[in-house]
Amino acid sequence: MGLGGPHLRISEHPILSFARGRPVSFIFEGTTMQGFEGEPISAALHANGVRLLRHSPALGRARGFFCAIGNCSSCLMVVDGRPNVRVCVEKLREGMTVERQSGKGHLSMTTVESGS
Amino acid sequence: MTAYDVVVVGGGPAGLCAAITAAEYGASTCLVDRQDSLGGQLVKQTHKFFGSKDELAGTRGIEIARVLSERLARLNNTTVLLEATALGYYSDNVLAVEHGGAFKKIQASSLIVATGASERMLAFPNNDLPGVYGAGAAQTLMNLHGVRPGKTVLMVGAGNIGLIVSYQLRQAGVSVAAVVEAAPVIGGYAVHASKIRRIGIPVLTRHSVKEVLGREAVEGVVVWRVDASWQGIPGTESLIDCDVVCLATGLTPLVEILWQAGCRMTRVPELGGHVPVSDENMQTTVPGVFVAGDAAGVEEASAAMLTGRLAGLSAAHRLGFCPEYGPLSARARRGLASLRTGPTSDKIRAGLQKLKEALP
Repeated sequence: MGLGGPHLRISEHPILSFARGRPVSFIFEGTTMQGFEGEPISAALHANGVRLLRHSPALGRARGFFCAIGNCSSCLMVVDGRPNVRVCVEKLREGMTVERQSGKGHLSMTTVESGS
Repeated sequence: MTAYDVVVVGGGPAGLCAAITAAEYGASTCLVDRQDSLGGQLVKQTHKFFGSKDELAGTRGIEIARVLSERLARLNNTTVLLEATALGYYSDNVLAVEHGGAFKKIQASSLIVATGASERMLAFPNNDLPGVYGAGAAQTLMNLHGVRPGKTVLMVGAGNIGLIVSYQLRQAGVSVAAVVEAAPVIGGYAVHASKIRRIGIPVLTRHSVKEVLGREAVEGVVVWRVDASWQGIPGTESLIDCDVVCLATGLTPLVEILWQAGCRMTRVPELGGHVPVSDENMQTTVPGVFVAGDAAGVEEASAAMLTGRLAGLSAAHRLGFCPEYGPLSARARRGLASLRTGPTSDKIRAGLQKLKEALP
């Protein structure tokens, strides 16, 4: 994708300093990536160069996030098997499995019963 | 079921000021917010605010969020419910809330809706590609989470948000290719415009986006000149090399819960879209339901703080608190009137006039 890498993380800023959580690993589409605990999943993905988060239901178009604050539902992904998760507001945790969503997503009964 | 005199939905500048005010005058108050900390969109505003001293002018937005949150925390008749999403408000004065995966009911004698606004989309081919972000979204990513939205940004819209976020992108080490603005003049304050000109970012007025290029993400943008009726002029296209497009093309009030609560709504373009019909004291057409901040009509944070204070006074007074309501509410209304003077507030004043005419 030609993006990504450590240069996307801001290390020095004239006004701000960033209180980041501990480094954690998560799995995106089978690849292990690093992020910081508690940051939005979308921020961790973006820092790893991942902007394409799902494909739209009708035309299969590439979609990323748009509002980044939980309003618009442009960023729905499958997280730990659970579809339709707004990754711009869902916090990253160690060992999460994050997958691109295609279409409307399918909620299995086992996912419902385990309450995850 | 827990019961409060006043329940406030939304912990941005309006909701914080509403909750602080209602609680200061003795009402038991609960503030509900979907995020994990208070402040709303103030938490990403690194610039200093204008307005009057009472609304903390000259202070950075991030600091205002902290000051107001601390002020609220010092009051002992307040409860804050974080990571809680308001779902609906019913005729028996019950607010339904999702909190920690559970469905909760809260009794609210007075309700103040301070849910803010959302960013507007603009119509052009490929406007849904990854990399087309709201300007506020780019600001959230870089100022809150410390991640740059990309290498090079094209900013669409030269209002205050477009100008301020362009400057902040540069502070975060992102280059800004240009700011395009379809209007013939820059809409934002001169102080913001001159700041970004000084750092060499061109502002192209009478220009808009023709299309975004790319298959899986933004790879460039074609911009073109627009005529007096905002139509693109063929033959004036130019290619801008960028990997992110930020839209700063206005906000629209987030008012779903007011529709659901049965408030009379009216569309006022000058205020950003559909807004609840409300009187000068922020009372909607449903008794006991008040509105504050951008949900009442899109303005600036300083106005949101004052409409919040006014809604807080009104919501408490309705329940018998705040005997000094007359002079206190008059003072808040005078503060608002003074913020809304001058040519930059022409639109707001026109919108508020329409709102007044819609009153029953």
